[in-house]
Amino acid sequence: MGVMKRVQLVFKAKANKALDKMEDPRETLDYSYQRQLELLTKVRRGVADVATSRKRVELQMNQLQQQANKLDDQARKALGLGREDLARDALTRKSSAQSQLNDLQGQYAQLQAEEEKLTVASQRLQAKVDAFRTRKETIKATYTAAEAQTRINEAFSGISEEMGDVGMAIQRAEDKTAQMQARAGAIDELMASGALDDVGGRRDDIQAELDQLSANSDVESELRRLRGEIAANAPKQLEVGPNGDGGQGGNGEQAQSQAQSAPYAPPAPTQNPQQAAQAAGIPVSDLPSANDQPQDGEGP
Amino acid sequence: MIVRILGEGQFRVDDNATPGLNHLDTELETAVERGDEPAFKAALTGLLAQVRAQGSPLPPDTLEPSDLILPHQDSSMDEVRKLLTDEGLIPG
Repeated sequence: MGVMKRVQLVFKAKANKALDKMEDPRETLDYSYQRQLELLTKVRRGVADVATSRKRVELQMNQLQQQANKLDDQARKALGLGREDLARDALTRKSSAQSQLNDLQGQYAQLQAEEEKLTVASQRLQAKVDAFRTRKETIKATYTAAEAQTRINEAFSGISEEMGDVGMAIQRAEDKTAQMQARAGAIDELMASGALDDVGGRRDDIQAELDQLSANSDVESELRRLRGEIAANAPKQLEVGPNGDGGQGGNGEQAQSQAQSAPYAPPAPTQNPQQAAQAAGIPVSDLPSANDQPQDGEGP
Repeated sequence: MIVRILGEGQFRVDDNATPGLNHLDTELETAVERGDEPAFKAALTGLLAQVRAQGSPLPPDTLEPSDLILPHQDSSMDEVRKLLTDEGLIPG
């Protein structure tokens, strides 16, 4: 005997066993109908549970996608700022987020399929339960208890098989949902731990470093701007200055050494190299060291 | 003949299809006995495909019991083994 027949016999045996428990066949009808309604409630709850699980996975997928986009953006910025190490770090995290995302996509598809199957199962069961109710009333109205037996057995076997099938489908969906929930929980934990750096979660260290880098680069560009302004203004002042002849090489060197030593010469009449140079009639542009000297020890 | 695919519903299949189904069913049974997963998958997929192709779905409000019952598409061999025992997977 093949598998198909054996499975059918197992289902049939199950139905017969339930039938044998009933003393009054009419009682069977009502009892079975109650069980059917319970199962209908259960399968609908099953559909809702799977849908909830699916939505949770969907939410996580969105979060992971945002995270992957953000990390990609960070990698781009880091590279732009010449920090390949930071970019590498961001891309490593992105790849981890991406692989979680791929995993979730598979789970999502499974949950969606499970939800569809259960929805169809619940519709099929509903149709059979309605048919059973009609049959039940007819049997009760038309037949005596003895006569009813065969018809009751028929109706009962048909619905019992469906109930067994739907019951198994609910069980499968529950198992799958439980698995998914465990994995969804694991991903939530992973996000909370910062391994994937949840969007809007704890302070993001790559972002912190990028912010710092970009703040520094803002300071640098401000400095360049200010220096530019000063350099642009300098020649005008020279025109009105005394001995505005542009200076000579010898004088330049002299001014330069004077400029370098100026901070260390307390009685010097001027306090900074530019002023010193101007006083000496030397254009500031001839004093490279004065302008290029780092002011705060934080060179580029 | 009425064939149920678990998780899918019932199909009315012409009796002419029986030899083909029986052939695959024997392969399925042998595969389960031997624990041969690839053969099991192949036989099950073939059986389901034949029932779907040659059968016509029964209206959902029929209360007729099936003559044959097939495991669902994604069944593992282990599930089918359990299904074949009284203590198996059928709830209630």
